[in-house]
Amino acid sequence: MRLTGNSPIEGYRYLFSGGAMNIERIGNTLATATPLIFTGLAVAFAFKTGLFNIGASGQMLMGGLGATAVGLTLAWPKPILLTVMMLVALFAGGLWGAIPGWLKAKFNVHEVVASIMMNWIAFWTVYYAVPAYFKGPFLETESRRLPSSASLKVPWLTNLFQGSYINLGIFIAIATIIIIAFILDRTTLGYELKAVGHNKHAAQASGINVNQRIVLSMAIAGALAGLGGASFYVGFASNMQIGVLPSQGFDGMAVALLAANSPWGVFSGSIFFGILHTGKGFMNAMTNIPPEIADTIIATIIYFAATSVLVERLWERLKKKKILRFLEKSDVGAGGGE
Amino acid sequence: MDYVVELLDIRKEFPSVVACDNITFQLKRGEIHALLGENGAGKSTLTNILFGLYQPDSGSIRLRGREVSIPNPNVANHLGIGMVHQHFKLVHNFTVTENIILGSETTNGLFIDLRSAAARITELSNKYGLNVNPHAKISDVSVGMQQRVEILKMLYRNAEILIFDEPTAVLTPQEIQELMKIMKNLIAEGKSIILITHKLKEIKAVADRCTVIRRGKLIGTVDVASTSQETLAEMMVGRKITFTIDKQEQVCGGSTLVLEGLSVRNNNGVLGVKNLSLEVHAGEIVGLAGIDGNGQVELVESIIGLRKVESGKIFLKGHDITTLPIRDRLNSGVSHIPEDRHKHGLVLEYTVGENLILKIYNQEPFSRRGLLQREAIAEHSNRVIQEFDVRAGQGAATSARSMSGGNQQKTIVAREIDRNPDLLIAVQPTRGLDVGAIEYIHRRLLGQRNKGKAVLMVSLELDEIMNLSDRIAVINNGELIGVVDANDTTENEVGLMMAGIKRGAMA
Repeated sequence: MRLTGNSPIEGYRYLFSGGAMNIERIGNTLATATPLIFTGLAVAFAFKTGLFNIGASGQMLMGGLGATAVGLTLAWPKPILLTVMMLVALFAGGLWGAIPGWLKAKFNVHEVVASIMMNWIAFWTVYYAVPAYFKGPFLETESRRLPSSASLKVPWLTNLFQGSYINLGIFIAIATIIIIAFILDRTTLGYELKAVGHNKHAAQASGINVNQRIVLSMAIAGALAGLGGASFYVGFASNMQIGVLPSQGFDGMAVALLAANSPWGVFSGSIFFGILHTGKGFMNAMTNIPPEIADTIIATIIYFAATSVLVERLWERLKKKKILRFLEKSDVGAGGGE
Repeated sequence: MDYVVELLDIRKEFPSVVACDNITFQLKRGEIHALLGENGAGKSTLTNILFGLYQPDSGSIRLRGREVSIPNPNVANHLGIGMVHQHFKLVHNFTVTENIILGSETTNGLFIDLRSAAARITELSNKYGLNVNPHAKISDVSVGMQQRVEILKMLYRNAEILIFDEPTAVLTPQEIQELMKIMKNLIAEGKSIILITHKLKEIKAVADRCTVIRRGKLIGTVDVASTSQETLAEMMVGRKITFTIDKQEQVCGGSTLVLEGLSVRNNNGVLGVKNLSLEVHAGEIVGLAGIDGNGQVELVESIIGLRKVESGKIFLKGHDITTLPIRDRLNSGVSHIPEDRHKHGLVLEYTVGENLILKIYNQEPFSRRGLLQREAIAEHSNRVIQEFDVRAGQGAATSARSMSGGNQQKTIVAREIDRNPDLLIAVQPTRGLDVGAIEYIHRRLLGQRNKGKAVLMVSLELDEIMNLSDRIAVINNGELIGVVDANDTTENEVGLMMAGIKRGAMA
């Protein structure tokens, strides 16, 4: 920032106050955070089962496409239509997640490779489907705008936050967090998934069907990202653009990392991201700091936030190891296994 | 007195524990000095200080009367200290010579001078009676031979003080005899040896003096010839230990496990178990003896359901379970104490309580309609922890990772025996445990037998097999060499069978 001839202090002030200055901006922060909550959960959930879901972007696109397609085709009353749209998004994303999961379980294809490929399949599917079936009135590269009956935006909420982008997605997101936290913590399914994630050999030896759980975990992760797509394309925005792989899919990884994969951590992480992204515009407007610098700064902040978590964890692990090593001292070898 | 190594008043603390509490250890020239202690007593810390892996907090190290500091293993090597690690550090696709010179290669311009190195290795090998072929590939030679390569590695570097860390853990009885002969040769040539072990028999057989440590404290240094095994054990554990296991005769029932012509492939795709037939009856312990890697793993995994059976059948209580999924086998009465407790036994990130329900979490009352019932789980784990005397700092909420190896093993034993299985498969159930824990686990295995349940125990420790088993099955290279009655055989006979020599063909 110094290099571009601006005051860094002022820049940071605007960056953070821009995300929380008034009701409208708080609304926008929440709206920006909504898809991130979903993708963050999608990454974190798969992580719990020891899988790296890098395909949240593609799962979002498919969820968004599904929801948009339904919203543009059917003219049902709003509550029913929205429910159907969300369900379609859920299944579309779920399918997109399940495929890499299935490939991993069946043929041991690494889920990172498979889900990156699935990202591009989704990307080009949208590239084809939107202009072909849902072309907008002016631009070739956008779908038609959704009617308000098919949008997650509702007037009372928009008015409450004085015209911000906030929409029903945030409530669905919070409900989802509660459900996911419950599944992970209280159900046998969560117990199985975590066991597979921590130690799949022990899980298998205990009779858990590891491959089945891998597919299921990826399907659930995909469904979460699919919902995120819906919340983004039919909530935050009102149409779909082609040629864009949504960055929320990747930011979701950073969110999950910040959150150490805990569902409520994902919530705070997403809000933090929301503040930064909303404040970015404000900083641009109020100072002469170029927007590229703003993005760099955001990336740097995330980088340090994430590494500080890593450093801390590494530290903990080192400490633990030392104690462990001591405890198992003569065991080294005979105990075999550390 | 002529001491080569003196560790004087060595103190080393780790966060929350004192590993060495002012220990003094003196090694005479030309002696074999055993270092005896349970796991976690501080043996390894002490030798690691001598080898330069740890720095002492206080105390001094004297070498041939001169005070030295040993900041890292390279310095230790320079000073003539060498260590044979329990897990050999060899490159498998290198030859013996290449492995030995690794790190101190003599060169001939740009090229490694393998020829003169090999000549020197042959010379050393002959001098100490090691009988090592310098051109053999490590992957082709036996474990005992690999150990001799490790010994040669130290001799090649002119080590005068040799540290052996649990050297017999991986050897057959015959190989152990060989090793002891080699050790005697070494001291005859003026070397000095520190032998780390918790096997009393070996100390009696080969050591001159023995230093016992317990929980970081020096208990004493004794002359081995004038001290009985019982005294040594008592010094090590701090209480009297019963060696003999009280085993009552008992008539065994019908066959619980029947293996019929079982063949199983190993990880390399070749048959690891070949046409093996075996029966385990209710009320008996069958010990499966064999050298590591002769098909035991494949056999057990196929019974549990972790590995596909190539041909043959497995019957449990008369039912064919050859193709059943793992969970169905578990539910029909099979329990398994795995060889690697960290890999197959525990989810280390889970608490003790969560680990105790690893095989029953999906059954009532621990879960209802897919929801875990925390109260029932807590009740269950508290009862099991109590009953099996698992020492866990925070009870059921203790993380499995933070426990000692012995208590981790007890957790697994508790989980498996508490299910009251008709067939208990215990693989190396006491590996790496101290005497107290071993005694306990042996009692529990016998308890299962006395209750009229079948136990199949796989172990590399011949003592364990001889003491516990009613019948001993010996496996070599995937084939069943024979089954003998435990009362009607000797350690020597089983040892020979482990090497693949059939009974009767021995004379």
